Amino acid sequence: MNVPSKLASRAIEIRGLRKSFGTLKVLNGIDFTVEHGQLVCIIGKSGSGKSTLLRCINLLETPNSGQILVDGMDLTDSDVDIDAARRQIGMVFQQFNLFPHLSVVRNVSIALEKVMKRSRAESERIARSGLQRVGLEDKANAFPAQLSGGQQQRVAIARALAMEPKVMLFDEPTSALDPELVGEVLTVMRKLAEDGMTMVVVTHEMGFARELADRVVFMDSGVIVEDGPPEQVIGSPVHERTQVFLRRVLRTGDTGNSGKERGDKGTDT
Amino acid sequence: MSETKLRSSRARREMIRRIQYGVLAAAIVLAALFADWKAIRQFFFNTSIAREGLPQLFTIALKNTVVYTITGFFFGIVLGLALALMRLSSVAPYRWIAKIYVEIFRGLPALVIFLMIGSVPLVFPGFALPGGVYGMACLGLGLVSAAYMAETFRAGLQAVPKGQMEAARSLGMTNSQSMRSVIIPQAIRIVIPPLTNELVLLFKDSSLVLFLGVTSSQVELAKFGNDQAAAFANPTPILVSGLMYLLITIPLGYLARRLELHLSNAR
Repeated sequence: MNVPSKLASRAIEIRGLRKSFGTLKVLNGIDFTVEHGQLVCIIGKSGSGKSTLLRCINLLETPNSGQILVDGMDLTDSDVDIDAARRQIGMVFQQFNLFPHLSVVRNVSIALEKVMKRSRAESERIARSGLQRVGLEDKANAFPAQLSGGQQQRVAIARALAMEPKVMLFDEPTSALDPELVGEVLTVMRKLAEDGMTMVVVTHEMGFARELADRVVFMDSGVIVEDGPPEQVIGSPVHERTQVFLRRVLRTGDTGNSGKERGDKGTDT
Repeated sequence: MSETKLRSSRARREMIRRIQYGVLAAAIVLAALFADWKAIRQFFFNTSIAREGLPQLFTIALKNTVVYTITGFFFGIVLGLALALMRLSSVAPYRWIAKIYVEIFRGLPALVIFLMIGSVPLVFPGFALPGGVYGMACLGLGLVSAAYMAETFRAGLQAVPKGQMEAARSLGMTNSQSMRSVIIPQAIRIVIPPLTNELVLLFKDSSLVLFLGVTSSQVELAKFGNDQAAAFANPTPILVSGLMYLLITIPLGYLARRLELHLSNAR
């Protein structure tokens, strides 16, 4: 009885994960763990496999080999009910992927109703309090197209949180946003991290990673090159590939500084 | 120098336009003068003969046209949606069956399909479709329209971005829950205008029911008009039937365009 509970003590545990699309090898043996309550940022250039790794964690991509355990549950085991497992794993997409035909409150409540089999009234009540959490209770009856990108992404976060997941995955949550809208989304994510949510964030926001991540993981060519606390991986990276990447990102995007500023001053823009 | 040239070319264009108007007006005047208005009125706009068909025109012919069309339309929707889902299935034989069906029934004239359905009772004397002519009409119109609707539904389902399914599945919804709550509602908005157009086409195709061999209580507009015209030796009833079609198809076509505009604005 002790062994499974010890496994369950890890929020996410990945062993020997491999994934290829046709002949293109995207993940070449990933070993990766996340403890409960940790915020892990995954960085790396596009095509390094970081989004694919994230999408494997809730089986939006089916791995070719390897094991993925979320809260002790082996997702790669064919006996596992993947729909039940996904309820434990919230996902936030780069393109928000809100349901355009449903109002904001229905976007948040629909899964409660269809999956958790709650009444419509109760689902919407929970949804409204979830919208309050991301500061959008006054937009409950609006439609996604009427919201700004930042607001849409906050609704998407509320939608994922409504299922009370054990783990939240963010796939470049601010990459599709205008620069002035990035802050409001990061603020919501910061609050979530402070509440102790386990989070894995694929991001280019070095400031966010430096300020809030417990660990930063640098990926390149489908492998994890460097994994450690942010001050180490971003501050004084050991590997040359990490150094090259960070030099390019911090110089061109000025992302590190502006992100740090956002972090320091708080982002209630 | 060049200015006068410019002006003269404009003047020439103006003159050509005037000539065109003039020729058109002359043609209309000549037609009005030399046409046999008495014969036209008697054979095409004969109100007393038109009145002869009056109650049955609505109670039988129009009613049957609507019944044939609507039943065929709904059969076509069900079959078309099934075929579209088969086309998008991960099971290869389903895709093949759907593709072959669409290729065959989109390529055949509707008339040929009706003639084949009409020949079934001759080949298998004991066999009869439930609903008799109504069943055969529903089958024929459904088979024809399903091929087009399958393509429409497929396009509609594919037009919903992939991220919608991913977002729904990430929330723990099953594949069929995601289809019902997220994908199909969005696809329906996309396919409403083309489906309305399909309904217009089907109204016109319902006239082919006359090749199934119908009794006097089963006639639709085209056969009704044709029978009346034969009985009175006067084509006015055919014109009346034509007007009845237009009474349905023009507002429907208008509605389809309005829906299309409305939905494209809403996006």
